[in-house]
Amino acid sequence: MKKPWKDLFKHPIIENPLDQPSEHSRRKFLFKVAVLLNGAVGAVLAVPVLGYLLGPVFKRNDSYNHWVPVGNLDQFPPGETRLGRYRNPEGTPADGQTRTLPCWVRNIDNTRFQVFAINCAHMECPVHWFPQSKLFMCPCHGGVYYQDGAVAAGPPPRGLYQYKYKVAGNQLMIWAGELPTLSTQASIAKPGSKTCLG
Amino acid sequence: MSGIKQKSLKLYQWFDRRLGLVKPITEAAEHPIPKSSASWWYVFGSAAAMIFGLQIVTGILLALIYTPTAQHAWTSLIFINHNIPLGWFIRALHGWGSDFMVAIVIIHMTQVFMFGSYKYPRELTWIVGVFLLLMTLGMAFTGQVLRFDQDAYWGLGIGASIMGRVPWIGGELVHLMLGGPIIGATTFSRFFALHVFVIPGILLALVAVHVWMVLYLGISEWPMPGRLVRRSTYVKEYEAEIHQDGVPFVPDAAWKDVTFSAAIILAIMACAFFFGPIGPSGPPDPTIIQTVPKPDLPFLWVYAVFALAPPALETPLLLITPIVVICAMLGLPLYAGEGEKHWSRRPVAVLMVSVIAVSLSILTSLGQHPPWSPVMDAWSGDAVQPKYLKGRTPLQRQGALVFQQMQCRNCHALGGLGGQRGPDLDMVATRLSESELIRQVLQGGGNMPAYGNALSPPQVTALVSFLETLNGNERPAQNDVHRLMQSESAQSPGHSSDESQ
Repeated sequence: MKKPWKDLFKHPIIENPLDQPSEHSRRKFLFKVAVLLNGAVGAVLAVPVLGYLLGPVFKRNDSYNHWVPVGNLDQFPPGETRLGRYRNPEGTPADGQTRTLPCWVRNIDNTRFQVFAINCAHMECPVHWFPQSKLFMCPCHGGVYYQDGAVAAGPPPRGLYQYKYKVAGNQLMIWAGELPTLSTQASIAKPGSKTCLG
Repeated sequence: MSGIKQKSLKLYQWFDRRLGLVKPITEAAEHPIPKSSASWWYVFGSAAAMIFGLQIVTGILLALIYTPTAQHAWTSLIFINHNIPLGWFIRALHGWGSDFMVAIVIIHMTQVFMFGSYKYPRELTWIVGVFLLLMTLGMAFTGQVLRFDQDAYWGLGIGASIMGRVPWIGGELVHLMLGGPIIGATTFSRFFALHVFVIPGILLALVAVHVWMVLYLGISEWPMPGRLVRRSTYVKEYEAEIHQDGVPFVPDAAWKDVTFSAAIILAIMACAFFFGPIGPSGPPDPTIIQTVPKPDLPFLWVYAVFALAPPALETPLLLITPIVVICAMLGLPLYAGEGEKHWSRRPVAVLMVSVIAVSLSILTSLGQHPPWSPVMDAWSGDAVQPKYLKGRTPLQRQGALVFQQMQCRNCHALGGLGGQRGPDLDMVATRLSESELIRQVLQGGGNMPAYGNALSPPQVTALVSFLETLNGNERPAQNDVHRLMQSESAQSPGHSSDESQ
């Protein structure tokens, strides 16, 4: 059978020196040393490369968070749940619209608030608030939450993520900065537990 | 004439003397293959390679205009669609080419599996092929991100959610994937780098290795029932076959490859022309929450699995299944590298392909019209049809209003309109009695929220009196007296006065 690659690596003019038997020589030794040297240089080079790549990993979870304003108190009337917006404290100049994030602010009685992440605890989709039925519904996989963020129906493994908040003068501030997931939570508080008051 | 001929021959010789590629390439093209393999069933691999070529060309064309930043990507796609001559068509070719490439790669893999072509000595060709499939899916996912519309934005959220479920290092993985704390410019840029540099580079290298192995080992022969693959004899038998009954790949088989590739490219062009570019949907502004994010076609089945899996099993299913499936695909040729190739002697293989194909089709079609999602605007968009209101008392009509206002319609259809998350309510009065309806509304259950806090007692009364009229206008409604009588005697009860609508 004729193999198509037979002539591929056969140079027409130069005889392959590897065809001749060779012995241990100084050049062979030098080659090995050079390869080792190259490996050492590569290992040193890998340090900054990995540091650059894994930079976001080494940052402590909570270090992204800062107090940011979500709006004036009069935007959030008592007894109602309204959409708040905040500018994420950390970002880059090219973030565009993605740096302005929504959240749901529930004003319970003007002294107590609940600030929920927009993200469904199931798959991060944006939940909608329906004031008539007092439910949050998720458009993706049918997660439903009560007004206090507890799971009402569907697949979410936990209630809505909540941000810590405080009232500074006339402003409602939240402790925010990173996308809440099951591993990176918006706040230490869980629905139903006590949240910090301003 | 002969002077020109002579000169071009000399030019050719000048190049070939220095390049030395013409002879091996010609030999590779004309290498003998089994006559049975010059078949229309053996054309999918070359078609996949052809589409890959189309994707590279259209991808470079798009990159001439596309602005790869989170801030401007979406706007630049709108610009390509509307302001660049034929920009919409190039985008459409790239988008449809992506769907076709995934489909053809999967068909190619299925054919190779059914024909047993992955067996000795082509195990490694199959293993490289598995990585080619993964890379193709990687291109499809990262490409969807680069469309950077609402679907892309929330799709990244789904990715982050999956990463966040990994035990111990979940948080680190989320940050690694996002390149920072939120879905933003760094997230976008790393998916751009993956889609344009990393994955295409790996794909090119793996395609080269894959094709090299096909040339080196020869194209698999048409399987015959009873002709077993044995490590000790296979190569001899194969070489004897191509010696006796071999034909050159070019042109005996290649004409079919080339024809099929042309037909596929033509089909992509037709889809692009008639259906237009895919997306982008709304801008990637997370504060626009009036959105129903959905993944692209190749991932719709995953989206369906997320909704249908039991919540308690979800995380293990998400994290373990992909590893098991990939390991099974990689291990297949090592486990079943010898033996029968023909599908008629491999019932388990046929059954597996059928079950997987049917499951993926069902899940994909479910994903296209997901019955598990509430229809977010049904309460204000889908009116209660007059037949449900005609001849009803004021209280019952008030109940219909409560039914709409309280978003019941988002999950429950009436007259075929509305959500499908919960059961249709057209006949609910024949299933539940008044007290059962009240209990269900107030306490929920069976995946329905409790409305006890949201409804006032008069609203509940009105709603339940409306629901009690939903008996399909024919069957008697269920009520507590019926239940009592049914339990006391098997006699069928008569109509009661409050339900003869």
